[in-house]
Amino acid sequence: MRIGIDVGGTNTDAVLLDGRQVLAAVKTSTTADVTSGIVAAFAGLQAQRAFDPADVRAVMIGTTHFINALVEARRLAPTAALRLSLPAGASLPPMVDWPQRLVDAVSGSSHLVHGGHEFDGRHIAELDEAEVRRAAQSMGEAGVRSVAISSVFSPVNAEFEARAAEIIAAELPGVAISLSHEIGRIGLLERENATIINAALRELAAHIVDGLASAVTGAGITAPLYLSQNDGTLMDVDFARRYPVATFASGPTNSMRGAAVLSGLDTCAVVDVGGTTSDVGVLRHGFPREATTDVTVAGIRTNFRMPDVLSIGIGGGSRVRGEAGAVTVGPDSVGYELTSKALVFGGDTLTATDIAVAAGRAEIGDPSLVAHLDKDLVAAALRRIATDVADAVERMRTSAEPLPVVAVGGGSVLLPDEMAGAGTVHRPDHYAVANAIGAAIAQIGGEVDRVYAVEPGRRDAVVDEAKQEAVDRAVAAGASPSTVQIVDFDEVPIPYLPGNATRIRAKAVGELQLTDTKGR
Amino acid sequence: MSWQLTEQDLPDLARGAAVLGTGGGGDPYVGQLLARQAIREHGPITVLDPDELDDDTLVIPTAQMGAPTVVHEKLPRGSEPVDALRALEKHLGRAADATMPIECGGINSMIPLVVAARTRLPVVDADGMGRAFPELQMETFGVYGVPGSPMAIAGERGETTVIDTGADNKHMEWLARGVTVRLGGVAHIAEYAMTGAQVKRTAVPRTLTLALTIGRAIRQARERNADPIAALAEALSHTLYAHLRVLFRGKISDVERRTEAGFARGRATAQSFDGQHELELRFQNENLVALVDGTVRCVVPDLVCVLESEQAEPITTETLRYGQRVTVVGISTPALMRTPEALAVFGPAAFGLPYTFTPVEEAAVGTTA
Repeated sequence: MRIGIDVGGTNTDAVLLDGRQVLAAVKTSTTADVTSGIVAAFAGLQAQRAFDPADVRAVMIGTTHFINALVEARRLAPTAALRLSLPAGASLPPMVDWPQRLVDAVSGSSHLVHGGHEFDGRHIAELDEAEVRRAAQSMGEAGVRSVAISSVFSPVNAEFEARAAEIIAAELPGVAISLSHEIGRIGLLERENATIINAALRELAAHIVDGLASAVTGAGITAPLYLSQNDGTLMDVDFARRYPVATFASGPTNSMRGAAVLSGLDTCAVVDVGGTTSDVGVLRHGFPREATTDVTVAGIRTNFRMPDVLSIGIGGGSRVRGEAGAVTVGPDSVGYELTSKALVFGGDTLTATDIAVAAGRAEIGDPSLVAHLDKDLVAAALRRIATDVADAVERMRTSAEPLPVVAVGGGSVLLPDEMAGAGTVHRPDHYAVANAIGAAIAQIGGEVDRVYAVEPGRRDAVVDEAKQEAVDRAVAAGASPSTVQIVDFDEVPIPYLPGNATRIRAKAVGELQLTDTKGR
Repeated sequence: MSWQLTEQDLPDLARGAAVLGTGGGGDPYVGQLLARQAIREHGPITVLDPDELDDDTLVIPTAQMGAPTVVHEKLPRGSEPVDALRALEKHLGRAADATMPIECGGINSMIPLVVAARTRLPVVDADGMGRAFPELQMETFGVYGVPGSPMAIAGERGETTVIDTGADNKHMEWLARGVTVRLGGVAHIAEYAMTGAQVKRTAVPRTLTLALTIGRAIRQARERNADPIAALAEALSHTLYAHLRVLFRGKISDVERRTEAGFARGRATAQSFDGQHELELRFQNENLVALVDGTVRCVVPDLVCVLESEQAEPITTETLRYGQRVTVVGISTPALMRTPEALAVFGPAAFGLPYTFTPVEEAAVGTTA
């Protein structure tokens, strides 16, 4: 058995799974301290389906806690950025394009020193250890408690970041250190930004992770605890302490992956219909397709791997206007006021929920209050919704292959049973806790993203080398070797450079190697 | 008439420069940050109309050359383009009165602004490509007899190199490319030093203003929920780039890329929404030609721009991917970019394309999109 938990801003959802079978599912309120909400969730699971804590092999938690802390600029540690790039890079120091509010929230200071690599591995300048020590001293005097280190082309060669980390650790014992090559990909400012955000969240991460671990132990569970990452794979507790930034997009990722598992489809579009929007994402071999463009988080440009999600303004609270001939649905919504404004609740605003009730697709509020609606208008509004959602799904398709659609979320009753280009719309059970299920079924991954000089006739060897490294990393992170496979591969030639410079990205994932806590 | 360019102009300028980059030219983001820092430190920039230059004014254009991927990783020290300018001044034994872009598409719309802010020199509202091109000899300056040489190249260690290949601009490009690789894949340059009279005779005029006009038209249309492509067409009709033609609306169905001789070459296809028509796009860093159902509708040097259908955000050749909904537009270029001499340097044959140049306003007649 395993337990999946999703800690959202409002609700904490938990599921108890045996294989892929849902044994129990509960929804509780998220608490300010996070842990008591989880304790309540464990109790809820026990009440629904009694289980021996010793039978639980793993607990997986997805949380939006860290991204919320950044957005709200609270509980961020005093952080310094050290960049190894001089003489290059002086024109645009770390945090150059950050909102001042967040620079202040992390008491951010920037330190530029010599170092960094060229694209082909040459040194831009040698590392000056005395210079790094001076920077460390100045950080110490400023009361810095967390340091982000970045070096030019560290995804190609990380030696300078590693050496600088040793020096900082020796000068400032107890200070947390985050290295950019472990966090982001090529694109210095974006990778460095993600590293500084990570550094600023390290103290909070230690605190939260300790709390989560004690809640699990308190429930009598001795199995290992994992947190889910942006890409739908897992990290263990030690990794989560060091890389809180890797949880940023785990919410939508878990929701999509959970929906896929519930429906038994691993390549599909997932439509999550909420109160205000419908979010459409695409899973390929069980993992969300990532956005290819840079992502801005709380006003900071980063290159995290975030799932590619298209949101359109159609949800249960969407306002419905016009006549049968020219009806519109959304993009504006009555939002949380649904229960006072919608017709079925005695209000005066025609919403998508009223349409669903009038069409007999849902029983919400008082159906007699919508009995008078023009049948043609109801049919036209449903057609409008079906067309707009089908259009969004169509936009998210990445190949000419047909793509099945899985519908989840409270508003999914608005969707038709058949959709053009998709066939039957799948509506799995337990969709309300899809995110907790997504956390519970997460796998372990490993990744490579690097610029390679591909010599003539060596392409296949270089590709194999990159793939093998991704596989090795997945196994090192705890994946069962026999289950690891490459799920994503991409190579992009880089113009204007000699030697067929090519950027290669490979991602491998496998099932978590579960050890039996009873020693059986 | 001269005018002041401020920090507030930069987002519109960057967006317009991305459109004029026709899929290449380098992402203006880093350039925009560099220009913003320079303006914050040194104040706004004076922009001169080419018509107001004295005939004997010395103008030294400045630019960045190299691989966009490197630019995003190895950020400049900041002083490099000024170092290149100073090295060329020293070689010439004369100080520049103004700088100017060599390329108005992509990141090179911004580099001369960094130089202008740091040196307090004015920048001339003109350039030598009227768009983005991949190589240094592809300049109207050279087409009409201004040599690129002597040119100066600077790296972040303060080192400079002067290359002088006489009138052979293609050989200058080849040597400069080699130096740039030794400097780590990106370098800053000063070249095509010329007089005010030569600027008036050989440069594509008012292209900084053009980029600003494009960027502003798209932004304002978005703000009032109007069609940004229609707004762009209307704004362009008052410029030397008077004709915008919508060549195709559809969805990218295939993208194929390869690296050849240091360039990212490739092709993409798109299907119209009714499935009846097909677009083929060929690119070499920048988009070179658009064919609809096998017929050439727009070809270099006219601009082939791939825009995201709703917001008209320009899409680069590096980020083209299956499934994107695009509107492909062709934009006419000024007469001095379409003469036989100009076409010999940056027309279809210069890129190995088997087509004769036909202006987009003639070639796109009958497109149904």
